[in-house]
This record gives sequence, structure tokens and C-alpha cells, in this order.
Amino acid sequence: MVDRLLRRGRDADRDAAEPADLPPAIDPDADPKDGVWARVQLARNLRRPRTLELLGVMADEFIELHGDRLFGDDEAIVAGFATIGGHRVAVVGQQKGQDTEENVRRNFGMPHPEGYRKAMRVMELAERCGLPVVTFVDVPGAHPGPESEERGIAEAIARSVGLMTRLRTPIVSVITGEGGSGGALAIAVGDVVLALENAVYSVISPEGCASILWRTSDEAPAAALAMRMSAQDQQALGVVDEVIPEPPAGAHTDPEETGRRLKAAIVRELDRLVTIPPDVLVEQRYRRYRSIGAFEETAAPEPTPTVPPRPGLAERLRGLIEAGQRAIPAPLPVGRRQEPPAREDV
Amino acid sequence: MPVKFPQFRSRREAFPESLWTRCPSCEEQLFNKQLEKAMNVCPSCAHHFRLSAPVRLGQLLDEGSFEERDSGLISVDPLGFVDQKTYPDRIAAAQVSTGLNDAAVWGFGKVEGTQVAIVVMDFGFMGGSMGAVVGEKVARAAEASLEERVPLVVVSASGGARMQEGTLALMQLAKTMAALERLRDAGVPYVSVMSDPTTGGVFASYAAMGDVNLAEPNALIGFAGARVAAGTISQELPPGFQRSEFLYGHGFIDRVVTRAELRRELTELLHYLVPRRLEPARG
Repeated sequence: MVDRLLRRGRDADRDAAEPADLPPAIDPDADPKDGVWARVQLARNLRRPRTLELLGVMADEFIELHGDRLFGDDEAIVAGFATIGGHRVAVVGQQKGQDTEENVRRNFGMPHPEGYRKAMRVMELAERCGLPVVTFVDVPGAHPGPESEERGIAEAIARSVGLMTRLRTPIVSVITGEGGSGGALAIAVGDVVLALENAVYSVISPEGCASILWRTSDEAPAAALAMRMSAQDQQALGVVDEVIPEPPAGAHTDPEETGRRLKAAIVRELDRLVTIPPDVLVEQRYRRYRSIGAFEETAAPEPTPTVPPRPGLAERLRGLIEAGQRAIPAPLPVGRRQEPPAREDV
Repeated sequence: MPVKFPQFRSRREAFPESLWTRCPSCEEQLFNKQLEKAMNVCPSCAHHFRLSAPVRLGQLLDEGSFEERDSGLISVDPLGFVDQKTYPDRIAAAQVSTGLNDAAVWGFGKVEGTQVAIVVMDFGFMGGSMGAVVGEKVARAAEASLEERVPLVVVSASGGARMQEGTLALMQLAKTMAALERLRDAGVPYVSVMSDPTTGGVFASYAAMGDVNLAEPNALIGFAGARVAAGTISQELPPGFQRSEFLYGHGFIDRVVTRAELRRELTELLHYLVPRRLEPARG
């Protein structure tokens, strides 16, 4: 049936809950690690406004839709229709819980494949109905357990990312809290990507990165700094288009004001995007993602400036070609496979 | 009197690494030349050793048919990333040890006479991780295969997105998927071959999305590292978790194919996967 999310008794809830976490005192002269780590903590703050709370401020109404039509309904992702500043839109957003009971129901905001498949269903519906899509991203990472793998979490993420690159309707994505790797990107491919001031976005959790590259998760703040995961750095890298300022002490201290600021930015972007013909929109989005990432293009096919001890690829291939398979060079030295796996975990 | 343990040292010296390789699965000492002849598959337990990109290309393509493209793409260090080493140092070390410029090689080649665009990844280069160069090569290969109307083949071997490039590496999922969606729209076929290991962002983008997905036996294929899975949820992992056969059993892989059969299977599949002829044939 239809759920209507009216303003919830947020204030009453909050008084009953734990005391507010760290004050966000970010001293620019302090260790830069502390600065970015304070933002990570703010992004993870238990009282940070989530999709439903933000919609409560921004939207005239929200009609939630449930289920992926294949397996079930994943409450870690909410999806449906909303009206924001006169724009009828489809909304997809991750939803962490505000207390233990809700967190269990919502799996601590870690979606299973069915969550992403619900998101895809609603986005495709939006495309057919000509509704713009607004997504809210706040996820530690997609659920990493066996059920998730069995039902194809990687396939769901890949398919959702692919769908969003070609969806013929405007997409505005907002990183509201944690932008955790593929689980975030799966609903964060947009014509415009906004981020709240204390949101973070990264390819792997700072703890995961530290435990692989520093061999201890205690170095998470160093990893967070090295990955440049703050919203401001993401804007500088071109991954995020605009950073929306939060109230001075963080979004959780004033969700209404946060919602108002966000709404103004979303409405402004929607006003602009709805005037662009779908063909142009999709081509622009393709170009945006096609051009992202830095590399150097050297003319010479020669590999390294440093002299390799083994022949380069071209020589090795020539060797292969001339002498056939018995000439396959140097057997796989087991030794060089021992480097730490540069693996992305969640 | 203390217990005297047998001496392993002399045994190790008897099998110098340049001549012998110990199978990590059955511990058998294998003579390297014999191992090569067996396509780097252990003759006694069928363990599939990881292949470097040039060796993989040699096994799959017709002799002399490979024309490499974009070999001059080099990773840069957009974040100024430093952990215990700097990122440029890691790249330089990987370039020296593999003789490659980055973790993927792409070009045109022929499989039993059928022209394909092919991308091959090399796990030896920083764990086959995908940064901007790998993403760019996959996207260019997809665009070229669309342009030329030849099937695309990608052989994956990767730990996932390259952490040292941060979210710019994550964005390569979108870059590669965007190009593959256009390929699919145009009816140009794409075969994904997963080898050990294919995990993280590579599995969660192009590797999982083949029109046909093949995998080598017992390859580690999964989204989240088993350590993360075990750490995040206190739950026992099922046997064979994240192996080719596990994914086959759950419907995400069409065929588990041994290395000896791979070229033949690919040939047979390509025989059916003929790109749709467009424009002139219409109307």
C-alpha cells in the first residue's frame, strides 16, 4: 500500500537517544588527518539525517514503493515518488536506521542485491514516465555476506551503474553521508553529483584501505587522508560537482536547515536539467564518466623509462609469435606474485 | 635430547625456482618447462596457475594475429598517494617486474580466424587493479569493437579498483559500464572470461556483465573479500564460497571451462555470437 511519510517526531526520538557525538571543531592548523577523520565521524554520525528525514523536510509528499519483483524488499534502500519544489520525481536512497531495532530491519544501511534491483525497477519506471530521478547516497558498503554473493551483488551493482549511464531522464545524485565504494556508485551515477559538506566518498573504507596498505586498521585516518575522501577533495577531483554547506555543527544538529539548503540546490539543478533533451543529456553523461580519471598517453609503445630486466611486451609477443608456444618466455616466477593484493574489499 | 626436525633447506635448494615451481594446491614440485607445456596447469591436481597477459594472449589468439593498441597509456598519481611507498614507486616496480605499462593489455586479434577486440588483465601488475588506465583500455576496446563490429573478449584477473587512485578508480566502473551499455544496444557481443582472481570493482562492472560469462575452474570470484565477509558478519562461509563453481551454481557464470578447452570454447561461442549487421541491411 501507500506510505505517506509525514514529519516524524524526530525531536522526541533524539532526546531519548544517546548524546550527540563529537563536536565538529575542525581546526585548519591541526594535523590534516584529524580534519578528514572528524568528517568521517560526522558522515557516520548516528543522528545524521537520512533519506527519509531529508525527504520529510524537502518533499511535499513521499509515496514509497516496495520490492524488486524478483526476491523481496530490501529496507536498506527506499524508493518511490516525491514532489520536491514543484518537481515530480522518482527518489532512490539508502536508509540507515536511527536505533538498533531499525538498524536491524534496515541491515545498518547495507543493501543486498534486491535493494539495487528495486532501485533499478523504480529508475526504469521513472524513465518510462518521464520523471527525473533524485538519489541519496549514504552507505558503508553493499552487504558483503554470503547471501549477497549468492544473489549476485556484483551483478546488481554493475547492472545498476550501467542502467544509470544510459537512463533517458535527468539524474541528480546527492552524497549525504558515507559514499562507500561500489555500493554507493550503484545509485550515484548522475548528470549532477552533489555532496553535503561532511559527506565522504571513497573506493574502499578507510579501515579496509589501512589494513591492506598499512597492514593495520589503526591507520584508518592516514588512509582517509591519502584517499582524499572528503567532499571538498572530491569536488577538486571532479567526482562531485558541488558541495552543499551544512549547519555549523553538522547536519545532525539541524536536519531542517540541512534539508532546506539541499532542496534549494536540487531544485535549481532539476530546473536546469529538465530543459535538456534526453539525447543530449545521455551524451553529456556519457562524456562526463568517459573522461574521468587521469593518465598519460605516451606516443612510444616502449614500456618503462627505467630499463626492465626482462624484455618488454612487444619483444615478448614477437618471441611468442615467431617461436610458437614452446617459446613462451620465463616461467611464471612465483616470487613476484607475493606483493600485497591491491584489492578493494567492500 | 631435543626432537630433531627434518631439514627442509637442502630440499629447497634441490629445486631452484628458476627450474621448478611448487604447486600451491597439491605441493607437487613441477618442472617449469613441463608446466609451460601444460598451459600452466598443474598436471597432477589441475590447479590453474595465474597467467601473465602476454602468455594468456599467446594461448588464446592465432599466432601472429595480435595487434596491440594504446600500449603507451601510463598511470599518473592524481591524489599524490603515499602509504608505505609512494604510488609512482609502486607503478615503477610493477612495470619492471612485469614488463607491462599497466595491468591490462588490449588490441585486435584472431581466435581461430575470428577477429575480436580483446582485453587481457595481468594480476602481476599491482594485483591487476583497475585505475584510470585499465578503465580507459576497457572502454576504448569496447568503443573500438562497436566501431568495427567485432566481438569483445575481456579476460579478467584483478583484485578490484586501485585504491591509490581513490574514487577516480571507482569511477572506472561507470566508465566501462557506459561503454558496454552502448555495445549491448548495438547488438555487438561481449564475452567475459574470469580467471583467478576476479573480485571487487572489476567483478562488479565489466567482468560480471558478459553476454556470456566463462570462468576458469576454482578461480576466486567475488565482490567482497572473504576476510571482509567473515569479519562483518559473524557467520561461517559456505565451502567453495566465491569460487567459479559456487557462482556457476548460483547462476552467474554460464560455463566453467578448463584452460585447455578455453580457446576451443571461445571459438565455438564466437561462431554463434555474430554481431548484428546494422544500417544498410535495414528496411
